[in-house]
Amino acid sequence: MKTWKKITNINDIPLMGSRILQYKEEEIVLFKNRKEEIFVINNVCPHKQGKLSEGLVHGKNVTCPLHNWDINLETGEALGSDSGCTQVYESKIEEEMLYVLL
Amino acid sequence: MKEKLLVIGNGMSGLRTIEDLFDITKDKYDITIIGDEPHYNYNRIMLSYLLSGEKSFEDTIINHKTWYDENNVTLHKGDAAIAIDKDKKTVTSQSGKVLSYDKLLIATGSNSFIPKTKGSELKNVIGFRTKLDSDTILELISKDKTAVVVGGGLLGLEAAYGIAMHGIKTILVHRSSSIMSQQLDSTGGRLLQKNLEAYGIEFKLNTTIEEISGEHIVEKVSFTDGSSVESNIVVFATGIIPNTKLAKQADLDIKKGIVVNDHLQTSDESIFAIGECAQHGGNTYGLVAPLYEQAKFCAKKLADVPSDGYAGSTLSTRLKISGVDLFSAGDYLGDETTEDLILLDEKFGIYKKLVIYEDRIIGIVLYGETSDASWYLKLLKEESNISDLRHKILFGKSALGDSGHGGDDIASMSDDEEICGCNGITKGSVVCAIKDQDLKTLNDVKTCTKAGASCGSCLGLVEQVLVHTLGDEYQSNVQEGICPCCDVGHKEIKACVSLNDYKTVYEVFENLAWKNEDGCIKCRPAVNYYLLVKYNDDKYKNDKRSLLVNDRVFANIQKDGTYSVVPRIWGGVTSAQELKDMADIAVKYDVPTVKFTGGQRLDMLGVRKDQLEPMWKDLNDVGFVSGQAYAKGLRTVKTCVGNVWCRFGTQDAMQTGIDIEKFTWGSWTPHKFKIAVSGCPRNCAEATIKDIGVIAVDSGWEIHIAGNGGIKVRVTDFLCKVKNNEELYVYIKAIMQFYREDAYYLERTAHWIERVGLEYIKEVLLETKGKIEFYEQRFIESQKHAQIDPWEQSRKDGFTKEFSPIVLDIKDSPSYEAHEKANA
Repeated sequence: MKTWKKITNINDIPLMGSRILQYKEEEIVLFKNRKEEIFVINNVCPHKQGKLSEGLVHGKNVTCPLHNWDINLETGEALGSDSGCTQVYESKIEEEMLYVLL
Repeated sequence: MKEKLLVIGNGMSGLRTIEDLFDITKDKYDITIIGDEPHYNYNRIMLSYLLSGEKSFEDTIINHKTWYDENNVTLHKGDAAIAIDKDKKTVTSQSGKVLSYDKLLIATGSNSFIPKTKGSELKNVIGFRTKLDSDTILELISKDKTAVVVGGGLLGLEAAYGIAMHGIKTILVHRSSSIMSQQLDSTGGRLLQKNLEAYGIEFKLNTTIEEISGEHIVEKVSFTDGSSVESNIVVFATGIIPNTKLAKQADLDIKKGIVVNDHLQTSDESIFAIGECAQHGGNTYGLVAPLYEQAKFCAKKLADVPSDGYAGSTLSTRLKISGVDLFSAGDYLGDETTEDLILLDEKFGIYKKLVIYEDRIIGIVLYGETSDASWYLKLLKEESNISDLRHKILFGKSALGDSGHGGDDIASMSDDEEICGCNGITKGSVVCAIKDQDLKTLNDVKTCTKAGASCGSCLGLVEQVLVHTLGDEYQSNVQEGICPCCDVGHKEIKACVSLNDYKTVYEVFENLAWKNEDGCIKCRPAVNYYLLVKYNDDKYKNDKRSLLVNDRVFANIQKDGTYSVVPRIWGGVTSAQELKDMADIAVKYDVPTVKFTGGQRLDMLGVRKDQLEPMWKDLNDVGFVSGQAYAKGLRTVKTCVGNVWCRFGTQDAMQTGIDIEKFTWGSWTPHKFKIAVSGCPRNCAEATIKDIGVIAVDSGWEIHIAGNGGIKVRVTDFLCKVKNNEELYVYIKAIMQFYREDAYYLERTAHWIERVGLEYIKEVLLETKGKIEFYEQRFIESQKHAQIDPWEQSRKDGFTKEFSPIVLDIKDSPSYEAHEKANA
């Protein structure tokens, strides 16, 4: 049964950057883009398991640092001619606090 | 409410403009096209293949019905526009339609020019411009009659070839003494003629038609040389006249063609003209590449995107006759002020001529061997100084050996041969992608196939594949953007950055009409770099979020997501104590692999991100700083032991290397930068494959530049000799500064020097008085703000906080230290 888990203050996530959330065996990454939108996604590129947390954020996408795949942060889908998908998580913000459905 | 864009002419330049417009916006206009031909847009330059039977009409269609439907473009085909009303903003058609517009684009092309000749009004005297012309020719030609083609230019030759391929006796008459005299010098013309005679074409040079006779249709043709022939068809390919009829009636400004400005606007600002009907800066163009170039700028204007405007085109020509390789561009004739470089092998039918003016290529003729056409054309367009290359230039790019893929000839490669080693892409798959997905530019190919998208060393080959697959349609001269986000090259971005003041990369994106407001991994680091070069680290804060992972976190990411840590070891000289300190730290953090690097230091691999901060602190505490093994900046200064120990050494290479590293560390450059110092010409520090190689001689130091030991080994070029260390240091600072200011982002010194030439670098640095000191000072100034250890700084300013993961339960933490703390 999934429940909303309180994660962190959104100010702890750097603008156009990311933080890793270690939850049990899962490595999850919290992204914040230039419009300060927050995205929560598995920290695994569907291509060769690169750490998306280290990628460059642009728009609603991140580019994986290993082989430059572009991954959509809303859907987890690879963009362009690449195909593959990584898990995304539902999240919400209440009074600057980020909650993720885990 | 969308504006109405009406296009007169359903041909290549009109449609290309719409496609370019769609790349920018699909929402601004409702588009209607009216064209007198009863077809969808077809590739007119393929007419000769249609005539020769090598292609079907279906093959030549560029925009199929589905394209018009999917893009909601209304097409009235087979209906001609007959009048424009500028005031009411309407166009009337032959069938009586009245179409209104907000913006009108005239793309009516041109008509065949048939000179006044006795009998030219007879039936079966035609031009060669349209599908209809081609159909008519195919219908008329017969084995018992001779076909006559007038005009030995591109189109005439293609028409004659197309007819001769059906086994028809064909005579080509040409008024001057050598064919293709607009594009080819007489030697080239002679070789081409010989080649074409083998197809059964008979040439009559210095000859025109005296008379065409017949009752209603052509029966006999007499020539000015006194001969005559029984014939039933005369094809005139004696030139084109811009089709300006409509514009003239509408009272637009007209000279040879419809006069347009740099944004392709006519004298009425809501009316545009493009293609063969337009005249820009005194020139009208009849080849496809310039028209496509015009389309780009016209589309921008229509979309209200600012641009510098169209600046005219350098023309280049390829003849579309199978088995004939011919290319020409620029001023191929030259005059008394120019020189010719010529390679001629009549037996094998190879002829190459480059016309040189002041060490620059201004004209090109290639016959029989055109694989280097795009390279020569690039040198011509970029006005590159070729004095370093001239003794080998005629043998082609591969003869230079150091760049690109030596010896590769794309035409002779089989489809399963690999072009891009990084991504494992074969020639065949690139060709397929170009054809199937209608790719037109290097960027298209890079995006769709990934060929050339990694190290980029194969881009020259990929470009060759494009040239071979697309022929004339390939527009090497169109400025390609540095990435799909933009249409501007490095040169334009640098110019724009130097002209205006910017605080962030995003302001630059906005000013240059970026398509993605955040840019991407290619453009954001590049623009960030150019801002840094302009302002230095004090006035512009190097934007961490515009750097890729290694530069951002001051460590090199490995394939499993861990990092490597490399402390700086000055000049590669260390001590037992330093090694002991490092060993202790490696033991403390349980570093899985410790390895010596090629740059004479220690690499600690397999470090978790959350370990970086404490490890850096321990290293800092015993006196180490970051070795910046991740940086687009100074990496190492490699040395040999020099005269301190070596019996051959003539100078103190170790201390010199240490000194150099002390004043160059921390500097950022367009790409990584490596230096080496050898204490004698035996060169044990391998200085001749470094960005700067310093080699001791008895009388001082030799400075070598732009070597590279990477994918393609490049040996340095000798720059100059200096007498002592003091002078050496001044030169090194100046060279680094000039490189960081002049090169493009991610351009190693080796690529930079091959683009700009050693002569240029010598000219700026050595032959211009005061320049060495000028660049030295600028280097010193920028180093004031750059020589800050990033490990120490990022620990102190709090940046490393984001390196540790957020954990909800301490048991989940990957960090052994965290568990310890929790237990205590």
